Amino acid sequence: MLQIKNLHAKVGDKEILKGINLTINDGEIHAVMGTNGAGKSTLSNVIVGNPNYEVTEGSILFNGQDLLQMSPEERAQAGVFLSFQAPVEIPGVSMTNFMRAAVNARRQALGKEPLKSTDFLKLMREKRKLVEIDQKLMNRSVNEGFSGGERKRNEIFQMAMLDPTFCILDETDSGLDVDALRIVADGFNKLRTAETSAIVITHYQRLLDYIRPDFVHVLIDGRIVKEGTADLARQIEETGFDWIKEELV
Amino acid sequence: MKSEQQYIELYQEAASIIKAKSCPVMNAVRNEAFSTFQCLGFPSKKVERYKYTDVDAAFAPNYGISLSPLTVKPSSYIFNIKDAPIDVTPYYHRVADVTDAITALNTALVHETLLVYVPKNTVVEDPVVVDNYLRGTAATMMNRRVLIVMEQGAKATIVMNDKATDKQQYLTTQVVEVYCHDNATLDLYEIEETTPLCARFSNVYIREGRDCSVKHNVFTLFNGLTRNLCDVYLQGEHGEVTLNGCAIGSGSRHIDNNTLIHHQVPQCVSRECYKYVVDDKSVGAFAGKILVDKDAQKTSSHETNANLCASSDARMYTQPMLEIYADDVKCAHGSTVGVMDEAALFYMRQRGIPEDEARALLKNAFMGEVVDQVKNEALRQKLYVKVEKRFRGDFEKCEDCQLCKK
Amino acid sequence: MKNNNEQQNNNKERNNERPQEKNEFVRSVAEKMYEFGFTTDVHTEIIDKGLNEDVVRLISQKKGEPEWLLQFRLDAYRYWLTQQQPEWGHVHLPEIDYQAISYYADPTAKSKKGPETVDEIDPELMKTFDKLGIPLEERLALSGTAVDAVMDSVSVKTTFKEKLSEKGIIFCSISEAVKQYPDLVRQYLGTVVPPRDNYFAALNSAVFSDGSFVYIPKNTRCPMELSTYFRINARNTGQFERTLIVCDEGSYVSYLEGCTAPMRDENQLHAAIVEIVINDHAEVKYSTVQNWYPGDAEGKGGVLNLVTKRGDLRGVNSKLSWTQVETGSAITWKYPSCVLRGDNSQAEFYSVAVTNNHQEADTGTKMIHLGKNTRSTIISKGISAGYSENSYRGLVRVGKQADGARNYSSCDSLLLGSNCGAHTFPYMDIHNNTATVEHEATTSKINEDQLFYCNQRGISTEEAVGLIVNGYAKDVINKLPMEFAVEAQKLLNVSLEGSVG
Repeated sequence: MLQIKNLHAKVGDKEILKGINLTINDGEIHAVMGTNGAGKSTLSNVIVGNPNYEVTEGSILFNGQDLLQMSPEERAQAGVFLSFQAPVEIPGVSMTNFMRAAVNARRQALGKEPLKSTDFLKLMREKRKLVEIDQKLMNRSVNEGFSGGERKRNEIFQMAMLDPTFCILDETDSGLDVDALRIVADGFNKLRTAETSAIVITHYQRLLDYIRPDFVHVLIDGRIVKEGTADLARQIEETGFDWIKEELV
Repeated sequence: MKSEQQYIELYQEAASIIKAKSCPVMNAVRNEAFSTFQCLGFPSKKVERYKYTDVDAAFAPNYGISLSPLTVKPSSYIFNIKDAPIDVTPYYHRVADVTDAITALNTALVHETLLVYVPKNTVVEDPVVVDNYLRGTAATMMNRRVLIVMEQGAKATIVMNDKATDKQQYLTTQVVEVYCHDNATLDLYEIEETTPLCARFSNVYIREGRDCSVKHNVFTLFNGLTRNLCDVYLQGEHGEVTLNGCAIGSGSRHIDNNTLIHHQVPQCVSRECYKYVVDDKSVGAFAGKILVDKDAQKTSSHETNANLCASSDARMYTQPMLEIYADDVKCAHGSTVGVMDEAALFYMRQRGIPEDEARALLKNAFMGEVVDQVKNEALRQKLYVKVEKRFRGDFEKCEDCQLCKK
Repeated sequence: MKNNNEQQNNNKERNNERPQEKNEFVRSVAEKMYEFGFTTDVHTEIIDKGLNEDVVRLISQKKGEPEWLLQFRLDAYRYWLTQQQPEWGHVHLPEIDYQAISYYADPTAKSKKGPETVDEIDPELMKTFDKLGIPLEERLALSGTAVDAVMDSVSVKTTFKEKLSEKGIIFCSISEAVKQYPDLVRQYLGTVVPPRDNYFAALNSAVFSDGSFVYIPKNTRCPMELSTYFRINARNTGQFERTLIVCDEGSYVSYLEGCTAPMRDENQLHAAIVEIVINDHAEVKYSTVQNWYPGDAEGKGGVLNLVTKRGDLRGVNSKLSWTQVETGSAITWKYPSCVLRGDNSQAEFYSVAVTNNHQEADTGTKMIHLGKNTRSTIISKGISAGYSENSYRGLVRVGKQADGARNYSSCDSLLLGSNCGAHTFPYMDIHNNTATVEHEATTSKINEDQLFYCNQRGISTEEAVGLIVNGYAKDVINKLPMEFAVEAQKLLNVSLEGSVG
């Protein structure tokens, strides 16, 4: 599904990613772990095409398409979804209008007719239940006045609405209590199909107890320095990253 | 060649015809207004209140003057001033600033006046709608005059629509005088949807007595060159006024709003919010002055002007002014010129919303605050749609481009 | 308000005799007599009153100027003749009889050549500085401040010159600079404020008497604060200061300007020009404390302060900060401005303007953003009392090429008394869609709850007003160098003395 080759990227003048190689097949869940500033969020932002990040070298193929040649919205319409680490507030734009625009853009890309209003509202209702998100939040502007937990749930709700094939969960667990974490993770697991792939970026084992990764990658200083299975994540939870750093020396 | 000359000549030639078509109350002040205009001429950009609009250039084309009659649907509240149920002498040309050149020119040339008269303690439930259609086959100048008299305790909503149907050059001057007796409530809306060939000079003057509440909302959705002046005189205690403005510029449109809120007595409240989105090569200008007299203690005034520059060729001028001579006041103003929120834009694009659509949504959200202020539910819903359409206005934009190219 | 001099006490007595106004505690009263109002009896050489080409030539000749400077003056003079005195400020500028003014006064004429050491300075002059509380010699040395004191028009004494010259820093009177560094002066003079910039700039360019010249060479941090005290002394003498500061690449200087003028009945004209040139990575801080004679309680007399100050941030990453505390002058008309030409340049304007009695101030700044990613900040605090008029007038312009420009402006006005006015006239001209410009302004009276709180703690209303006003102005005062800040705080109290009862 996703092939990242020798990916280099920078923010401003600072090189953050220094040659990432990563292949994700259909249905696989990959966890990316690493210390602060290692480049985890840069990786997710580059995959979805945030204009603040500049790719200087390398390639990303998504189902054979050159992702780097596509605009952020084209990537999203093709089925790439990022659950943001810090979702922004968009005052004045209601959740409903926002979602309708997004859902219909995705449908159009798939060659489908836009949803009728009643069908759209029905879909909203259905998906809302999945992540146990309050109706009253839907009447507000996007993320405006949402608590940290509500924002994360709202991200998963939007994932449900847009039905992506490839998801990136960027520290979706940060700022969530255990119950919220469970709801969010359950939501994600329910949405998963055999074809859905994902990158789960996290500091902690906690989220990986709910969303079981097939592979774990350790990102340090812009490079993937260690790879393994779910056991590696557990090992890091117990002993931290230092031993990996020492191995590198 | 200064443009005023042709209007001076026009008046000298046409005064007798205009007077014949008009009525005594209007003719009584006509000659004096003309000599004021003759003496002032068109204001240059050096005149502070006209610094952002080239009046002389706007009046330069050779317009024919329209003397077509006013059509008044039979109604209990709307009249041709000739058929006024009250003596209008104490009102006509009494609220307006007689030293303003545009007002003077309008007073000299205008042949008919629309009177909206709401008697004492009368509540007009349905909005009074005044449609101004600009039609014709030649470049035409229209001079419009509206007098609104709200008696004690009267309540009304008045909606004035400006529309142009033909692709023709039109120049409109408009003077609206509003006289609110004590305890009157008025919602006044002006909605302009004309074409890039239209020029509009509108002067609105509002005088409020005690315990009055007036809202003035001006929406410039489609236009050519627009200059709106709105002066409010708070002359009775506990008066309230709210001025709202929505200005959307694209192509090479020009939108200049100039307001004055004059607190002449204590205990009045004024609120003002004007928002602009200027795109392409359009120019937006806002100047709003809050003037608080020495005796106008306990004044509360808040003015905001927020602007979005959406293209690198658009220009925005803003000038929020406070002139305060009383000490026990709470006055504040804020003005911002900003850019589209890039983080929000990216978030929307990540959800698959195309960039243009995302931009339109953000502009619409930005302007929403002004539309929210519209009290009349039906009108508010209509304006939401109009504003949204305006921001998606592909058709309108193409039309505009063609016109710009010529 | 710890000013224990007799005048103040006399004043209080006088105030008590005045009928109380309706507003018990916010009441405007005549202020204390001008503390610095005295005339020094120094022999002064004055050119006859009046202005014509011959006077311009005479000034130039007396100062032994080169031909190019004479031409500079004459061009400016000829242009000035074609112009009208501007009328746009929110002030009542009286008609000035330019022929009734003497354009040159030289207090050092007695000794013919300028004094070489402190001992040579006229003792009377030294006493004047003492009265002003400006320690010129030892106390200065202790405070590490170099002073180029200007009394009337000719620079009296420059301290620390040697120490500065070790670093290659030039700090001298502009007349001296014209003689010693003619090329430098010629290269920069009139390039920031051209002689045709405005009416008063043209006048100054024609007849400027003296002022300071500062040159900081590349990569040099000026080791001390440079300071000039201006003082208008001789009767009927216009003061036409000219200051030129050039801060070369990677350098830094902090410059202080303080002004006092003795009491006179006639209005005294002061039309100065300050030009600042800042090159790449350089930084200039310019601080002013102005307490010229504001006129008496009835609005008679006082200085007309009509000044053009401008900094040209030519270099990338250059910085300029204007800080001003304006408490004096009958009329102030002054807009220290910044042209942000270099990419990433930063400018700041911090101002406190206090007006009392019949003073009128129309002051603010212009921030002209031309370079990319330029930043500017404007913090203005106006305090009006008595019958005064206090206006903020400012322009923020973002040019078409100035991508990513940002400005934040905040203008607050405080009203003490019901006969004064506080006005805000900000102009914003934005020609670029990547600019972010924010302006906020508030006008209010002094907070009664705060006053009452102070009263309840046993603080008198007058003292409380002083405390609150100082707190209100703190954002700006804090930007001043230490010694100046203390003086400025005192000035605020003095200026508002008696404005509440």
